[in-house]
Amino acid sequence: MSASIQIPIYMDNNATTRVDPRVVEAMIPYFTEDYGNAASRSHAFGWAAEQAVEKARDEVAAIIGASGKEIVWTSGATESDNLAIKGIAHFYRDRGNHIITANNEHKAVLDACKRLEKEGFEVTYLTVQRDGRVDPQALAAAMTDKTILVSVMLANNEIGVINDCRAIGEIVKARGAMFHIDAVQGVGKIPFNVDECKADLVSLSAHKMYGPKGVGALYVRRKPRVRLTPMVDGGGHERGMRSGTLNVPLIVGFGKACVIAQEEMAEEAKRTFALRERLRLGIEARLTDTYINGSMEHRLPGNLNMSFAYIEGESLLMGLKDVAVSSGSACTSASLEPSYVLRAMGVEEELAHSSIRFGIGRFNTEAEVDYVIDLVVSKVERLREMSPLYEMVKEGIDIKSIHWAPH
Amino acid sequence: MAYSEKVVEHYENPRNVGSLDKNDPNVGTGLVGAPACGDVMKLQIRVSDAGIIEDARFKTFGCGSAIASSSLATEWIKGMTLEQASAIQNTALVEELNLPPVKIHCSVLAEDAIKSAIADYRSKREKIAAIQK
Repeated sequence: MSASIQIPIYMDNNATTRVDPRVVEAMIPYFTEDYGNAASRSHAFGWAAEQAVEKARDEVAAIIGASGKEIVWTSGATESDNLAIKGIAHFYRDRGNHIITANNEHKAVLDACKRLEKEGFEVTYLTVQRDGRVDPQALAAAMTDKTILVSVMLANNEIGVINDCRAIGEIVKARGAMFHIDAVQGVGKIPFNVDECKADLVSLSAHKMYGPKGVGALYVRRKPRVRLTPMVDGGGHERGMRSGTLNVPLIVGFGKACVIAQEEMAEEAKRTFALRERLRLGIEARLTDTYINGSMEHRLPGNLNMSFAYIEGESLLMGLKDVAVSSGSACTSASLEPSYVLRAMGVEEELAHSSIRFGIGRFNTEAEVDYVIDLVVSKVERLREMSPLYEMVKEGIDIKSIHWAPH
Repeated sequence: MAYSEKVVEHYENPRNVGSLDKNDPNVGTGLVGAPACGDVMKLQIRVSDAGIIEDARFKTFGCGSAIASSSLATEWIKGMTLEQASAIQNTALVEELNLPPVKIHCSVLAEDAIKSAIADYRSKREKIAAIQK
C-alpha cells in the first residue's frame, strides 16, 4: 500500500468536487483586480468584467455545443431547474397544462413540478425501468396534446445511470413540447450536445465539474426561440430571464472548469472508469452478496452504487469514517425513508438501506481505491458477523419467510 | 450526522456480540424490527435457576445507534433479575447514549428486544412446566 495516501479520502464526487487549482487561479484576479460590475458600461472596470463574463459564456456554451448567447447565468442547478420548469410552465400555460418527468429525478425538478401541481398543472412521473433509465416508449405513451414540457436528467446523481436523451428528444420534439435536460451530473464527464438531443433547456452546475459552488447556468435555445417567465425581476440582466448582478469570479471559474473538462474529458473518463472498475472488481472478488444499483452499461465512468446485503448503510459509513462516501440508507436522512432513487427503480427497501455511493473523480488515485477496497471489505465482514440477518441466511433461513413486524 | 462519543465507543467495541443456543431451555430469544425498516435486533438471555440473567448476547442489523443501544442493553441486563430487566425503559438508553430525537426508535427497539427475550424465556419455562405436570 502506498504511503502517499492522505486521510480522509474524498470519494463523493457526485455530491461535489474539489475546485481544480487551475480554476482557482483563473478566478483570483476577479476578486481583487478586475472587480467591476459587468453591467457597468461607463468605465474600464465594468468592461473588463463584462469581457470575462462573455468569454466564460462562450466556454460554458462550447462544452454543450451551444452558442454563448444561449447561456443564462444562475446560482446553481437548483435555480436552473426551477427557472426552466416554472418558467416554461408559466409562459406556455395557454398551450397546455401537462408536464412529464421521471420518478428518480433530482428533488429540484420533482419539487418544482409538485409546486406546479398545486397551481393546477398536471404532472406525470414516469416510473423508471429496473436499470434506472427512462423508457422512451413509456414517455411516448404518456405524451398528450396538452403536454408542454418534458424534463429528464442526463445522468442520475445517485446511481450515475445515463438516459437516452437523443431518443427522448426525438419523441418530445415530434409532439412539439419543450425538452428540459438536467445535465448537471453528465456534462464534463461524457460528451453531450444540445442539438443531438434536441434540447430546449439544459441545467448546468459548476461545482460538479471542479468549478466553484454557487454558480450554474441554464441553456435556453434561441433557434427556434424558447421563452420563459422569469422568477427574479430586476435590472433585466441575462436577457431579462434572470436579473441580478453577475458573480464575475465564479462565472470565470465556471468557464475555466468547462475548458479543462472539455480538453481532458476523454482521458479523464478512461482513467476514472478504470479506477471505478478496479474498485468494483476488488470488492466483488472478496465479498459475496453485493448488488450494483442501476445499469452498468449506461453509467457515468466514476460512479459506483453498491448494496451490501445484511448490513445497514449508515453503520457501514461509520466504519468508513476515513472515506467520504454517501449512503441511500434512511438513517442518513431526516426522513427515515431509504433513497427514493433506489426505490423508484424497484430496489427492495432492505437493499436500499444497505447502499453506498462511491463517486470517483479527477483527483482520486489507484492507491486510494486499493485502500478503500481493503477498508470496505473488512468493515462489511465485521458488520456481517454482527448481523442477525447474515446469521439466519447462513443457517439456511429465508429472511423473506419471516413475519417481520414493521415499526 | 455526528455521533456521541458513547455511540462511537459501543460501535467500535460492541459488548456481547454473538449468539446463545436458542434451543437451550434456559435461553430466551428476542427478535424485533424489520429489514425493510433498516433495523433488526436479536437479543438473547441465559437465565439461572434463581431467575438471574447470567449472560446476554446480541446481533443487530442497523445503524450505529441501533448497534450501540443493543450493546448497552446487554451490558445492563447481565446480573439483573427478569423483573429488573423488564423495567428498563428506552429513555434510560437515550440518556446514557445521548441519542438525538431521530434515533430514539433505536432505543425503543432495544427495550422491545429485552422484553421479547424475557417473554420467550417465560413461555419456554411455562411449556416445560406443563410437560412436567
